[in-house]
Amino acid sequence: MTNIPETGRTPRVQIRLVVIQILVLSLLGTLGGRLWYLQIREGAAYAKEASGNHVQQVVQPAPRGSILDARGVAIADNETRLVVSASRTDLLKMKDDGKAVLTKLAGVLGMKPEDVILKVRLCDAKTPKPCWNGSPYQPIPITDEATAKQALQIRERAEDFPGITAEPEAVRRYAAPGNANTAQVLGYLSPVTDDEIQKAQNTDSPYLRSDQVGRSGLERQYDKELRGKAGVTRYEVDNLGRVIGKAQADAAEPGANLVTSIDSRVQRIAEYELDTAMKTARQQFDKITGENYKADSGAVVVMEAKTGRVVAMASAPTYDPNVWVGGISGKDYAKLTGKKSDYPLINRAIQGQSAPGSTFKVVSTAAAVEAGYVWDGGYPCTSSYSVGGQVFKNFEGESFGPISLGRALEVSCDTVFYGLADREWKKDGGINPKKGQPKDYFYKAAHQFGLGKETGIDLPNEVTGRVPDRTWKADYWKANKNAWCKSGKKDGSYVEKIAYENCLEGNKMREGDSINYSIGQGDTLVTPIQEAVIYGALANGGTMYQPSIGKAVVSGDGKTVREIKPKSVGRLPVNKATVKGMGEALAGVVTRGTAAWKFNGWPQDKIQLHAKTGTAEVYGKQTTSWLATYSKDYTVIMTIAQAGTGSGASGEAVRNIYSALYGVQADGSIDTKQALLPTPQKGLPKVRTDGTIVSPKVSDDPAADLRKMEEKGDTPPDENQPAGTATNPTATNRDTRRRPRRRGSRRMPT
Amino acid sequence: MTGANTFSVSGYGPERAGWTRIFARDSLARRLDWPILLSGLALSGIGSLLVYSATRNRTEINQGDPYYFLLRHLMNTGIGLALMIGVVWVGHRTLRTAVPMLYGASVFLILMVLTPLGSTVNGAHSWIVLGGGFSLQPSEFVKITIILGMAMMLAARVDAGDKKYPDHRTVLQSLGIASVPILIVLLMPDLGSVMVMVVIILGVLLASGASNRWIFGLIGTGALGALAVWQLHILDDYQIARFAAFANPSLDPAGVGYNTNQARIAIGSGGLTGSGLFHGSQTTGQFVPEQQTDFVFTVAGEELGFLGAGLIVVLLGVVLWRACRIARDSTELYGTIVAAGIVAWFAFQAFENIGMTLGIMPVTGLPLPFVSYGGSSMFAVWIAVGLLQSIRSQRPMSA
Repeated sequence: MTNIPETGRTPRVQIRLVVIQILVLSLLGTLGGRLWYLQIREGAAYAKEASGNHVQQVVQPAPRGSILDARGVAIADNETRLVVSASRTDLLKMKDDGKAVLTKLAGVLGMKPEDVILKVRLCDAKTPKPCWNGSPYQPIPITDEATAKQALQIRERAEDFPGITAEPEAVRRYAAPGNANTAQVLGYLSPVTDDEIQKAQNTDSPYLRSDQVGRSGLERQYDKELRGKAGVTRYEVDNLGRVIGKAQADAAEPGANLVTSIDSRVQRIAEYELDTAMKTARQQFDKITGENYKADSGAVVVMEAKTGRVVAMASAPTYDPNVWVGGISGKDYAKLTGKKSDYPLINRAIQGQSAPGSTFKVVSTAAAVEAGYVWDGGYPCTSSYSVGGQVFKNFEGESFGPISLGRALEVSCDTVFYGLADREWKKDGGINPKKGQPKDYFYKAAHQFGLGKETGIDLPNEVTGRVPDRTWKADYWKANKNAWCKSGKKDGSYVEKIAYENCLEGNKMREGDSINYSIGQGDTLVTPIQEAVIYGALANGGTMYQPSIGKAVVSGDGKTVREIKPKSVGRLPVNKATVKGMGEALAGVVTRGTAAWKFNGWPQDKIQLHAKTGTAEVYGKQTTSWLATYSKDYTVIMTIAQAGTGSGASGEAVRNIYSALYGVQADGSIDTKQALLPTPQKGLPKVRTDGTIVSPKVSDDPAADLRKMEEKGDTPPDENQPAGTATNPTATNRDTRRRPRRRGSRRMPT
Repeated sequence: MTGANTFSVSGYGPERAGWTRIFARDSLARRLDWPILLSGLALSGIGSLLVYSATRNRTEINQGDPYYFLLRHLMNTGIGLALMIGVVWVGHRTLRTAVPMLYGASVFLILMVLTPLGSTVNGAHSWIVLGGGFSLQPSEFVKITIILGMAMMLAARVDAGDKKYPDHRTVLQSLGIASVPILIVLLMPDLGSVMVMVVIILGVLLASGASNRWIFGLIGTGALGALAVWQLHILDDYQIARFAAFANPSLDPAGVGYNTNQARIAIGSGGLTGSGLFHGSQTTGQFVPEQQTDFVFTVAGEELGFLGAGLIVVLLGVVLWRACRIARDSTELYGTIVAAGIVAWFAFQAFENIGMTLGIMPVTGLPLPFVSYGGSSMFAVWIAVGLLQSIRSQRPMSA
């Protein structure tokens, strides 16, 4: 050991040691660089990820708002039920994917194990119902009708039921006050899908995984308002989910309540009367087809004439909206949507469309006035109208001689309208109109009456109906000419002949088209709600209102009330005198015209009713019946498919609805105490300081009350027993009730 | 001041009394490498805070005592310091004569692990449970004995002045010495330790002046070996999964990639100054597994930020820099080789450990020298520091 720093190191070793030193330094430098990259450059992003990591959100779902009728009676609200749910994530962790647990659960709940297992599978394109179409991370409800005992069994033996919960939860209830189920208007809810969550992520009303979303009707239209805002409490948690940090909470905002213009009592009457009318029609014999009427579907709308607010809207066939609550079963779903179902989900008041028949004549009358035809001119009402070898007959071949437009409307004289429409068609240039624009008064009027487009009612998926004007004909021909030209034969069957003609000149407005159109036959389609707007406008002097059901949105705490004001969307293209003239004519329909036989003894001097009946021909089916009516306050439209004539099928039903509204007794006297709604409901139900809404008591079944009320009176049996015992509208029967009348009222109602 | 005797090494400097003797020009205290000692102590001190932060809330492992791990870590550090002092006292040259015995003992211990006495922790069957909450990981000590054994073989002829460089036969013999324990560790399998040992061999051969052919041969064999291990499915599934997750961390964020992901989130979220000691949400929330041992660096990253984590890297850098100096300054090849082996060991193990928390190295179960909780590792590291101190203090002071 010397004192000289002699290392005895060879250069090779020295160099290698320096290399090691440099290597070590560069390794450390790498670490420092990476550390800088993670902490300084990307630090903010990682900090964000870390905060998302350790924060757990606990969501308190907001109670969905109620849907109330005009008086504050809940028609959709919530009730607490014991819901048993299964967590898919937990089940999938088990060796058998949770089959054993589900089987055990089925035993406790008294269900079939297969049913339970089917309920927790996820929906996809190939999976039929039942399946879960909500988020896979959300507990899947197995049943919402667990008894307290079942829930207790599950909760006390939690270790036997991993992944299964039994909790009281607020579930939707469609209360059907007074037996009014209002199904299609209310709509229904179903769990939110992943797509919807994605889409709504950055909007002002994002969805929660556990959310139920309105799928149709008011539930869908007012979904945002009804849903409210879920409360979120944020906890800092550790990796096992144990709370380690303080909570930050946003309280839940309960959904707003929707006050509607529906009166559940009137709604019940409307539903009952529609149902009864359809049952009755099925016992009537149809001379044309040689079998009883099928009366397979129908709708009725009761609307305030001066505001457009819908008091009642019923569609048949119907269903119980409560089947949706807690997840619909496969059987129920098939019943509602399958090919064999009668599609009860369709709200036929806004989604059912058919030719309007003679109820369209108010449009034709207005068009005639617009085209310059004087009201009191003598227009020949002949028994038939011939054009180029084709004979258009008056209904049952009646003739009234020269009559005024009003009279033509009252007696529903087809040939008058044929003549007018034909003259206009010729004026417009016939089959090949002049270069200058054809006037098309009759088609323009239909558009001005709001046909061929949505009324804008606050319900989703309204249909537009159709005005078969020149544009439509050209478009339709373009779309179908290939098929027509292929199948058409000049001397073939009826269908083949039509196809042949259509192939040749289907793009043109033919004389026969215009003639048919003038009395509401042919390709014209209208919905009951469109008719309600038109006849409501006639009742109020000509203003068309956008029909509405929502009347006010009342916040959950009751502090803010957003009223939904009636909205005028235009005026009928008629002057006051014409409205008055049409009003008189339509009143005449009730007193001496086509509807008179059903309004025998109606106190017309006190409550003036106006009506127009319609019978629309549908190729290959029985005729569609229409009855469009109005008083000074209300318009009531009823239509039943495959049920014969308007007055025959719906006369009594509509009369009963008016009787209930105004308290008209069977003997024609008026009992204001019995009247449900002698004047339209004004104002909103009272909101209490706690946000709840005062609601009156509703009798169990207003329709039964109405029957009792009528039974008390001394009336002919065919009037007060609307159900099975109702009279057949046969000629003999009608004759016995014939009132003194002027010529014309003998006609079958059209 | 009789205690001072423990620091004096016989035969070095004239006998002096008391403090003056300790701080005298040629005294042991003056000869000690204080930067290494202080950096090592600072690292172990920071380590104890990080271990405490990571474990104070983990009631499931700290048996209800928040200080359980802190106290043990401090105790381990103390034992480590005592071992260091012991090594310095005995001196590396004296130890050189005992190397065959130490080597034999360490190989015996790792063989014990393969018997039913051994137990498995985190997939590696590399522990001997001693009872009373203590357990031993013999592979940590094998790292030392491989360095010592190889250094003894390689330096024998050169230090005797017979040869300039170790000849092929000597190199082959030294490799034979290293390969026995490596094969045993491979059987456990403790892949991380094997990797460290291979790097140690590389460092030792480099420092020994062995022919370049051996260096490149070793690197080539290492690469082939890695390939063979991969192809012959010697790896367990959990090891393959770790490497797969390293290649693509987003592969399975809830499973294999979880550690790396959470570790990176923890470190990244620390930013410049960190969330403050005991205030890291990732640490408090126990999102990073093995946080007191293999992933202890994440605690520093999150709670102490870039400054704190950077300090750890710098302190490790001081230790390694000084160790390199010691290797270069040693008068004998034996000292050089031992110091270089320790540099290779510390450097690779620190790089691998920190690198895996930063997502630039695959996850293996290696502790961070000085910082991680764990007795065997702590003891081995401080023994190595003792060797470094001994090599430095026994070289002549520069004039």
